[in-house]
Amino acid sequence: MSRVVFLEERCKGCRLCVAACPCGILRPSGRFNRHGYEVMEQAGTCSGCASCAVMCPDVAIRVFRSVKAKEGAA
Amino acid sequence: MDAHALEAALRPADGEKCVFDTNPVLNERLTHYCPGCLHGVAHRLVSEVLHEPDLAPRTILVAAVGCATFTYDYFNVDGLEAPHGRACAVATGVRRARPEAVVFTYQGDGDMAAIGLAESLHAANRGERITSIFINNTVYGMTGGQMAPTTLLGQKTTTTPEGRCLAREGGPVHLAEIMAGLEGVAFAARCALDSVAHVRAAKKALRRAFEVQIQNLGFGFLELLSSCPTNWHMDPVTAARHVAESMIPVFPLGVFKDKAAAPSGKPSDAANESEHTAGGAADA
Repeated sequence: MSRVVFLEERCKGCRLCVAACPCGILRPSGRFNRHGYEVMEQAGTCSGCASCAVMCPDVAIRVFRSVKAKEGAA
Repeated sequence: MDAHALEAALRPADGEKCVFDTNPVLNERLTHYCPGCLHGVAHRLVSEVLHEPDLAPRTILVAAVGCATFTYDYFNVDGLEAPHGRACAVATGVRRARPEAVVFTYQGDGDMAAIGLAESLHAANRGERITSIFINNTVYGMTGGQMAPTTLLGQKTTTTPEGRCLAREGGPVHLAEIMAGLEGVAFAARCALDSVAHVRAAKKALRRAFEVQIQNLGFGFLELLSSCPTNWHMDPVTAARHVAESMIPVFPLGVFKDKAAAPSGKPSDAANESEHTAGGAADA
């Protein structure tokens, strides 16, 4: 399964990633970083498209795509 | 997530590939921009364009005045600060003194389209081998939300509390189209940063804006439609939607001039709305 990693201390809680995700799997986590911003979390199966990371103004997201899953799907 | 867990999470597991990572041109300092401000996206695109052909070691950034005054803090390239509005004039001197350098300015709408309009237009008209990135968010951000030359008609700002009125304040300035009409300009385009597709298109246009400088074709100009959630009094997601719904109809996306484009005026794929691509301006 592909996955999204949030660098939580970089996040400013803008939620542009939540709006950008075509699978709708990102959501606010209820946890706050040391700057006081609410950080996001992954809650569902990620396709590894990296749309969230492309929209993130704070470069707070890394995306790891499952290569095997993609080959299996093709 | 503690530091150890984060370190483990950032290692690709078997059968995994990292498909999005940062690059060494963008340093790790956290930006001072408000949450949801699209300056950060523009910075990342610039860093990627400078990194992929490894231009960074010979790049010199000329910073403007505005929210992006501290741009030079976020890039691992040489940079200097210009007086308000005069980034293109300073960049002219830098590029002429160091012809091997890649020189770019990063300016907002107050800096480039208001106080610095003369310097910007004349640098473009002389065909200086520099690249200018123009961030248009229709408002003066740093000073607290006053009207900018690019403010939309009817838009409320602290200096147009009843909305900008055509008869009283004039209409929004379309800088990309103005630039395209100048002889010295080799590339002029307008892109937006409001959606994933537009951001990806903006990166292609940005690469062209740097290529025309490196190929000595002339001035490279890219206008980026951005948001200002703070001064628009919107949350970041609504502000990005506002760019799509209210700004793009007024500021059409497209490549208005590309001197290297095919004679047929074949539209570059730089902007995905092609009704204003190359065409007449490039043939002129």
